[in-house]
Amino acid sequence: MDALILQILNGLDKGSAYALIALGLTLIFGTLGVVNFAHGALFMLGAFCAVTLNRILTLSHTVVDESRTDFLGNPMKVDVPYLFDIVGPDTGAKLIEWSVPLSILFAIPVMILIGVVMERGLIKHFYKRPHADQILVTFGLAIVLQEVVKYFYGANPIPTPAPSAFSGSFDFGVLLGFDPYVIIYPYWRLVYFAFAMVVIAAVFAFLQFSTFGMVVRAGMADRETVGLLGINIDRRFTIMFGIAAAVAGLAGVMYTPINPPNYHMGMDFLVLSFVVVVVGGMGSLPGAVLAGFLLGILESLASMGWVIDLIPGINQIIIYLVAIVVLLTRPRGLMGRKGVMED
Amino acid sequence: MTKSNFTRRGLLKTGTAAGAGLAMPTIFTSKVWGAAHTGFTNAPQGDTVTLGFNVPQSGPYADEGADELRAFQLAVEHLNGEGDGGMMQTFSSKTLEGNGIMGKKVQFVSGDTQTKSDAARASAKSMIEKDGAIMISGGSSSGVAVAVQALCQEAGIIFMAGLTHANDTTGKDKKANGFRHFFNSYMSGAALAPILAKEYGKDRKAYHLTADYNWGYTTEQAIRESTEALGWETVNSVLTPLTQTDFSSYIAPVLNSGADVLVLNHYGGNMVNSLTNAVQFGLREATANGKKFEIVVPLYSELMARGAGKNIAGILGSQNWDWKLENEKGARYTGTNAFVKSFGEKYGFPPSQAAHTCYVQTLLYADAVNRAGSFNPCAVVEALEGFEFDGMGNGPTLYRAEDHQCFKDVVVVRGKENPENEFDLVEIVEVTPVDQVTYPPDHPQFAGGALGECNPGA
Repeated sequence: MDALILQILNGLDKGSAYALIALGLTLIFGTLGVVNFAHGALFMLGAFCAVTLNRILTLSHTVVDESRTDFLGNPMKVDVPYLFDIVGPDTGAKLIEWSVPLSILFAIPVMILIGVVMERGLIKHFYKRPHADQILVTFGLAIVLQEVVKYFYGANPIPTPAPSAFSGSFDFGVLLGFDPYVIIYPYWRLVYFAFAMVVIAAVFAFLQFSTFGMVVRAGMADRETVGLLGINIDRRFTIMFGIAAAVAGLAGVMYTPINPPNYHMGMDFLVLSFVVVVVGGMGSLPGAVLAGFLLGILESLASMGWVIDLIPGINQIIIYLVAIVVLLTRPRGLMGRKGVMED
Repeated sequence: MTKSNFTRRGLLKTGTAAGAGLAMPTIFTSKVWGAAHTGFTNAPQGDTVTLGFNVPQSGPYADEGADELRAFQLAVEHLNGEGDGGMMQTFSSKTLEGNGIMGKKVQFVSGDTQTKSDAARASAKSMIEKDGAIMISGGSSSGVAVAVQALCQEAGIIFMAGLTHANDTTGKDKKANGFRHFFNSYMSGAALAPILAKEYGKDRKAYHLTADYNWGYTTEQAIRESTEALGWETVNSVLTPLTQTDFSSYIAPVLNSGADVLVLNHYGGNMVNSLTNAVQFGLREATANGKKFEIVVPLYSELMARGAGKNIAGILGSQNWDWKLENEKGARYTGTNAFVKSFGEKYGFPPSQAAHTCYVQTLLYADAVNRAGSFNPCAVVEALEGFEFDGMGNGPTLYRAEDHQCFKDVVVVRGKENPENEFDLVEIVEVTPVDQVTYPPDHPQFAGGALGECNPGA
């Protein structure tokens, strides 16, 4: 029982990441009809927004400390962040420690800009081309973005810890009447889950209650008629692309304390998020969220010791197995509607 | 209905086809080895000789590959008489005089292994066939090392392995044309176990998480056997996919398993992520069976320690070499400071153990050719077999004839609690003398292979 609770908790944060990425993927798919294979790269770029802000905050000048020596026996050069000179060492250190949450503010405009440039600069030209071309161009773009990041940040993971206030873990077991150290769950993963819920709620509220959202939803249902009403739907869809990029980026920013980011992290999530969208039903936003959490939890449960002993390798294929079963029984996915993206 | 030309079915079809295409292995066809008929493959013509350095320049180990390549460049400079000569000044054999190898100026070509066996073989093949490389060196993955070693054996080229730690490289997959300076899983186990018993006691229950490929298996086996011999019990061991990035679902059950030690048989990004997750789940603060819970990482790497950041603090592991050896452990490790100085002055930071082993392998090859008086691989094999040397930073070292493995001291390290800078992440706990890590050539962990005959090729 305790193991089960633990794995369900575990599935929540993975599910949060899947849900956030899949949400953006399905938004882009629903509005522009493009499967964006570069969406994982947007998640990765978001994570590197956090790394970049940390680098900016720790931008330093060197001071030679004569009292110490470096590995070659020369006087030690010590890096002092410019930030310390501007706001003082204490505030500076605090700001650096909180750089991951601060990156949210930094990442939103950056990611929207990247999204808009991507859509206007490249993807726009591929709307009328066959699927294969769209997949190839976005996949190619993902590789280019990866290599650019690798060139500037190297191939190794970069540690980006959470503020120390969130660095410990929470003993759920004690709360539920189990022994201590039985159900332990890191604070930051709880933060991640809560953050994901807020972002998802915000996206839904935006689409549901704003005029802009209403137009976009109308456009998703019937682009041509909305266009005939004199509404520039293309521009709105471009903005939606930017928003989807920002959602993926935010998922990446907050993910950095969970696993140190590297240039390849987007690819690890891309294929799974694609499966999440298919299982949830293409173009269905609630479907993407539901399937994200569902698959995250199932994946977690499938990697429990006795499950692997029973069916070796199940942890690696469970998601695809579920996808096959769902497609066989509900070809439109869990919440896909009739007529969406079908000829 | 939208007017998009997309259909769900069509998209799934295209997506699957694209996926299948991407997953297809690189197919490369075999060609007859072509070479000048001088008795062996790629006999140097004219007054230059070409070495081939095959390192990961892309993929997850690219940073290690970059450091290996820096070391190779430095070695070539020193061989050609540029720079301060580095470890050539301290090396016990004195045939290297800065006039190349046997008077021929050393050139090199480099290839990208991408940390994939097929890509590594393709680039080694191209360096041998197109560039006329007489020797191939490099590494950073045991899967790659074993694959390239077999290719060099076939081609009649000497393979001086870089960073490869699985027992198999000089165990069941050993080859007459291949040589390894780096230590191996068995040695890690033999060096670590006594320290683990001393620090954590003899009554411990271990839980292994193991990377699902040859290096993971041999490392787990080595650590298991040597810790169980001291009285530890192995509670469970779980294989984790190499592609895994979030290890939380593997880490979470550990605390509830009755174990009080977690052994992470992981390397590279796997190690960084599993260790980070283990620390997040409170394993460093936990107690189990009335003892403080501990984590062990058998194969350490400074570059990985940098990725793991603060999480590495206090965690024990083993290394082939460390740049602080001579300063902290004395003149037995002479050569270390000479190398750190020339590397540090050229690049601005201390070398990693990957860089060290690659530099040493290049010098050892050059010296063997000089001593043999020939580039013929069979003559080089003879010169290296049973070769005893010193002054390369590891203390007295033997290249054992039976399996082409170097035997030398092993460094046991611990993540530093308060590092002063990003190069000062590990501290040396102890250096395990070579006698304690030496094993008979027919040890069960290395059984099943044979060196075979040296192959001069052409």
